[in-house]
Amino acid sequence: MDQTLKDHLVAFLLRQGDNTLVLGHRTSEWCGTAPALEEDIALANTALDLIGQTQLWLGYAAEVEGTGRTANDLAFRRDAYDFKNLLMLEVPNEDFGRTILRQFFFDAFQVPWLDALQGSTDERVAGIAAKSLKEALYHLDRSSETVIALGDGTEVSNSRMQAALDYLWPYTGEMFADDATDAAMSGAGIAPLPSTLHTGWRGKVAEVMTSATLTTPDSTFSHKGGRTGTRHTEHLGHMLATMQVLQRSHPGAAW
Amino acid sequence: MSVATDITTAQIWAWLDTVPDPEIPVISVVDLGVIRDVTVTDGRVKVTITPTYSGCPAMAVIAMDIETALAKHGVHQLELDTRIAPPWTTDWLSDKGRARLETYGIAPPQVAGGPERCPHCKSTEVEKISAFGSTPCKAQWRCTACLEPFDYFKCI
Repeated sequence: MDQTLKDHLVAFLLRQGDNTLVLGHRTSEWCGTAPALEEDIALANTALDLIGQTQLWLGYAAEVEGTGRTANDLAFRRDAYDFKNLLMLEVPNEDFGRTILRQFFFDAFQVPWLDALQGSTDERVAGIAAKSLKEALYHLDRSSETVIALGDGTEVSNSRMQAALDYLWPYTGEMFADDATDAAMSGAGIAPLPSTLHTGWRGKVAEVMTSATLTTPDSTFSHKGGRTGTRHTEHLGHMLATMQVLQRSHPGAAW
Repeated sequence: MSVATDITTAQIWAWLDTVPDPEIPVISVVDLGVIRDVTVTDGRVKVTITPTYSGCPAMAVIAMDIETALAKHGVHQLELDTRIAPPWTTDWLSDKGRARLETYGIAPPQVAGGPERCPHCKSTEVEKISAFGSTPCKAQWRCTACLEPFDYFKCI
């Protein structure tokens, strides 16, 4: 593999692992504080799945990079500008409504995305995708059901879900914004162009928003800069400060 | 303590079938379907395991329990390999394991996506409480006949 393709593959793998890590950490912030015990357990289990997937993605990223770093180094010893996650996943949880709607937007992307990655020419990518897809499908069932229950719930739950939708919507476009790394992955048969999934995602979202009696904004404006690492929100640094404090203070500390 | 000399793969499988799942101790790691392969070459044993869920915290304990159990039978040259493809599925649960789950009070997985019946009173009048439960592999359900809540082993 030539160096340019290898660099793109590492960037691609970091995007996958950083997405699951950042969303996994945000979701874990609910542990012990969710609105109901069942939801607390569900959120903690969802976070656990996402962090498990992170070990697979970042583990492979570290191997391909080949400089001796491990998945743990990548998770706990990189700074905000090295992270390549979607901006949507790093913004604060705010309330349960925003948390579950974000999970739905992500799940509705991950399911067809991981499904396509199962056919990757890179068999490690295909294996991680097949493993993660089973978990993502389960997450999608729950997040879409819960979005519908809250949207089509009481006046209060509906208005909070609509506020969450208005807030998150401008962040969703970044999932489908192709760049040079996506072109390189697509050219090598490792991954499809994310933009090819946009229509299907819009269809799934429209179906669930209709059942949830929520109104999708017309705007096509999209915040960008997370996948490339060039412009994260101010929230990521604060999140990493909490997530990374132990490894920053005691590098290499282990159980 | 015996010393491993002419051990066979069948013997290793039988020993592994006595290693309980750390979170659901009524079934073995073989019943759970996480043992994917066993080979014996010149007295060196290689066991290939697969995780149930990618983040399942029990996997480290399972690996340690396998090492301990086999060492008791004199297997000291053990290599543990982890494989994620093809991904674990509840189809790999043994029939013995499914039956033991139900006796223990955990409804075994069903392709339909929910428990067939209450593991306590066997009523088919059941409802979901939560899609998740006390471990990554379980969900919480309730019987509307005997009113007992119970765990359901998620079907994936």
